[in-house]
Amino acid sequence: MPVATLTPAPARKFSRNPLIAFYQSSIGKKWIVGATGAILFAYVIGHLIGNLQVFLGPDRINGYAQFLHDLGPTLWVIRLSLLLAFIIHIVATIQLAQQNKAARPQAYAVQGYQRSTLTSRTMVVSGLIVLCFVIYHLLHFTFEATNPVFRTLEDSHGRHDVYRMLILGFRKPLISFFYVLSMFLLACHLSHGFASVVQTFGINNSKISGIVARSGESLASLIFIGYISIPIFILLRIVH
Amino acid sequence: MNFNLKIWRQAEGSAAGKFVDYQAKEIPAEASFLEMLDIVNEGLIARNEEPVAFDSDCREGICGTCSLVINGVPHGPGKAKTTCQLYMRRFRDGDTIWVEPFRVLAFPIIKDLIVNRSALDQIVEAGGYISVRAGSAPEANGIAVSKRDADLSMEAAACIGCGACAAACPNSSAMLFTAAKISHLGLLPQGQVERSRRAVSMVRKMDELGFGNCSNQYECEAVCPAEISAGFIARLNRDYAGSAVKEAVLAE
Repeated sequence: MPVATLTPAPARKFSRNPLIAFYQSSIGKKWIVGATGAILFAYVIGHLIGNLQVFLGPDRINGYAQFLHDLGPTLWVIRLSLLLAFIIHIVATIQLAQQNKAARPQAYAVQGYQRSTLTSRTMVVSGLIVLCFVIYHLLHFTFEATNPVFRTLEDSHGRHDVYRMLILGFRKPLISFFYVLSMFLLACHLSHGFASVVQTFGINNSKISGIVARSGESLASLIFIGYISIPIFILLRIVH
Repeated sequence: MNFNLKIWRQAEGSAAGKFVDYQAKEIPAEASFLEMLDIVNEGLIARNEEPVAFDSDCREGICGTCSLVINGVPHGPGKAKTTCQLYMRRFRDGDTIWVEPFRVLAFPIIKDLIVNRSALDQIVEAGGYISVRAGSAPEANGIAVSKRDADLSMEAAACIGCGACAAACPNSSAMLFTAAKISHLGLLPQGQVERSRRAVSMVRKMDELGFGNCSNQYECEAVCPAEISAGFIARLNRDYAGSAVKEAVLAE
């Protein structure tokens, strides 16, 4: 019986430049996705700590916002670094996903998943929805394009009144609802993302993999609870 | 026992395939899955029909030749066993069972349920060996190996190269196979000389063959007949990054 030979043309090509070749390799690209993901993960935690100051009163969070604005060029360095990490994370992941799709031209008739989770299988979907959320979120609270009235808010010290902006923004149930939904998807993404970064950076082994997975879930849950506490407390008029 | 089988039939790699219904009747509960298919094939041959083509060799779980995706799971339900070690008593009388080939771009279908897994051999050829002078066995205690490394290396070397990891992976990635082959040599003193070159060239070959990328979902670990741990993939990830840097610097 004739045995089919594999096509000699390689499915992927590699540059002679070792740096580009590293990015082109499956593991190299995963390192890049992991590193940018870790930067964004750290930002999500930092942003949460900043936001939670809303519970300490208007003076505290308005002062914090003023402090960030006074950073000037440093703030823009941070913002542009985050934007770059965000773009690299998305581009590399889409490339990986396309290669993964191409690696199985025909799907199985029956799916018999054993170990994977719904969150791990839907990283691209959750990531892209979070991307949409981030764009809206920036237009809403950072550039204040959706609600230009936010720009006019000032507190008694003449600072931008972030506190009132949050109250006015989150008192709309529909906006708060989508905010909570987006945070849920973000938490799903971060849950698998945390365990994945540990694995990709090679810190994992069979003895700690269970703890790593639980840590990802716990961290993601804490982040979820932290973020949604703000719109919920505002909607319930506990913060007003 | 009686079963309704839905088996993938495909005359050759370039032909279109489809599922065909077969009735497996009066199958003994102690028959293995492959023996059940043998019984079905005897019926087909008696009726002058083309028997279902499937791979098998040792039929005792050590050679890695049998494959099949049974109800969506490579090697079927249960842990740490190959298809030849799957017994029909695991199913219920009257069950409908879907039987498919491994569906991986780098494993082209030859016929029906048989796929060409020589891609795995090509990965090994790219560096899964140690270049030393072959001769009479050296003094056993000449090179000291710690118990921990020896055990871990043995665990990786248990891989029988069946390819179920790539078949189970949602991305058709061969990372568990490649990680096992790289680790069992990289953990031993004899494997150090070519360690970084091995990691870089085997991973490159794996990528060139069109396997997907690992997304840390561990379906591979769940179906592996040799119970190779996904921890070896973490080991490969750090080995590869270090090796890529080392190879880039050495290339100057």
